[in-house]
Amino acid sequence: MPTVTREYEAPDVAAKAAMQAESMEATTSDIVGEKMVLNMGPSHPATHGVLRLVLEMDGEIITKADPDVGFLHRGDEKIAENMHYNQFVPYTDRLDYLAPLANNVAYALACEKLMGWEVPERGRAIRVICCELARISAHMLGVGVFAMDVGAMTVFLYTFTEREKIYNLCEQLTGARFTTSYTRVGGQVRDLPDGFVSAVRKFLDELEPVIDEVDKLLTRNAIFMARTQNLGVITKQEAIDWGISGPNLRGSGVAHDLRKSNPYLDYERYDFDIPVGTTGDCYDRYLVRMEEMRQSVRILRQVMDKLPGGPINVADAKGLLPKKEKVLMKMEELIHHFIIATQGIDAPPGEVYFGAENPKGELGFYIHSKGGGVPYRLKIRSPSFINLSILSKMIPGHLLSDVPSVLGSLDFVMGECDR
Amino acid sequence: MNAAQMVNALKEKFGEAVLSTTEFRGEQTVHVSIASVKALLKYCRDELAFDYLVDLSTLDHMGEEPRFEVVYELYGYGHHAHLRVRSKIPDGEDAPSVCDIWAGANWHEREAWDMMGVKFSGHPDLRRILMWEGYPFFPLRKEFPLAGKPSDLPEVGFTKVAPMADGPFVTSAGAADTVSREPRAKRTEDEK
Repeated sequence: MPTVTREYEAPDVAAKAAMQAESMEATTSDIVGEKMVLNMGPSHPATHGVLRLVLEMDGEIITKADPDVGFLHRGDEKIAENMHYNQFVPYTDRLDYLAPLANNVAYALACEKLMGWEVPERGRAIRVICCELARISAHMLGVGVFAMDVGAMTVFLYTFTEREKIYNLCEQLTGARFTTSYTRVGGQVRDLPDGFVSAVRKFLDELEPVIDEVDKLLTRNAIFMARTQNLGVITKQEAIDWGISGPNLRGSGVAHDLRKSNPYLDYERYDFDIPVGTTGDCYDRYLVRMEEMRQSVRILRQVMDKLPGGPINVADAKGLLPKKEKVLMKMEELIHHFIIATQGIDAPPGEVYFGAENPKGELGFYIHSKGGGVPYRLKIRSPSFINLSILSKMIPGHLLSDVPSVLGSLDFVMGECDR
Repeated sequence: MNAAQMVNALKEKFGEAVLSTTEFRGEQTVHVSIASVKALLKYCRDELAFDYLVDLSTLDHMGEEPRFEVVYELYGYGHHAHLRVRSKIPDGEDAPSVCDIWAGANWHEREAWDMMGVKFSGHPDLRRILMWEGYPFFPLRKEFPLAGKPSDLPEVGFTKVAPMADGPFVTSAGAADTVSREPRAKRTEDEK
């Protein structure tokens, strides 16, 4: 019997990089061969995950940049089409994994918009606490690693100490430090635990001096200013054209925040300001994040001052699981529980888009339903993906050593970018 | 002007091209024929001040004709209104690229091509973005199974010489230009 030998080529990352470099060389305008192609990432400390940049260099100056994303692609949109609405909640933890609580809330709000539900006042207030804690946590990391990228190691240690406290709060609230999965369509899994409000107040009292400390370490630091000012400038018009959102958009001077312009979760009741930058450089984006943390503290204090009582979940009992004690004791509740667990929530046919102002920008969910318990199509509008698309326009003209600074200031998360 | 009034303005301006409009949960959706979608989107940006393309997604109506549909979510920073524009793409036709209207559409359209296999004519650089170049399937199509399909490994191939082959000491000092000074590979004796 004849045997056939086939040769397989190994998916060698280095070889792939070399091939891409070669094909880039073929299309370049560089006839004399003075330019070189540099492959940065996907494993590089400054790319914060698995972003890969193919850079064409003329000496130290970048002339062309091609960001390569998708190394963390998990097919979340495909997965969503194959499961019930509530089953997708844990997947939202893993989008922007620096602010899982905010993702949970955004997803729940999108589904509730489709259902036509609104959680009661107390539930909304709890969700605001979740979103703002998540924002502080994400910006603490964003500022910390940004400072580390440009050489200021100390800040990172301060901010991570505070993030650790937020994780402790998450653990109190949800039982998990990282993958919180706190919301369900129509509410939350549990009410605030005893002592949570005072724990958050204590945390805020400790946080404010740390923000001031970071402010003192960085804002007037000559090295930090030299490494961030007039770098990575996104003009106002560019930011709008490219669909940039979040602190990056506001850093460019566009005073747009969905919490103000299209308020959800009663954000219109709280008094807070939207910081905006003037030049749209890395330094402005840093300043915006710093101020947003202070504003989040302000919002949190107001929420806790007038924390309403009452139920936390929607009154429409058909969509929510009944109480466990009742399930074990009563026939109707058992059937009800069984139907929700096996068929999911019966969503009406229709389509909705809901965008929430997340730490990284506008996290949106477009849900197209044909009825039943499973979405027909769920599209995730991830802010990091869109914020990264401007890199190919923004980086050329910069020095290679400025790339970490630009990347750090954009504050993206690849888990959300690649979905 | 709120979104409902803008929908009326679009109906007046584009007449027959606006096939239907729907409202659900306070959101306005305009269904447009593919031939006029680009003109309508341009009108939305220039005249109705929808300066922010929030999202671009695609739908796969498997078993229906036409099968694919492209969905645009628009938003205006001035009036804070949201509008959805949907357009079905007949078989054998491409959707028009809107990269020249909103630069941010670039990656959205690449993603739609990569995941759903919808082509955008006039796109400056329509490559795959999340999957690798040469991947044979479009994973978000309805016939694609959740568990995936086996496919060949990424077409990486081997290059003739990888950069810095033979170790880091490939520079030849004293040569005329950078290419000779820092060649891609160490040269053999008779090449020198």
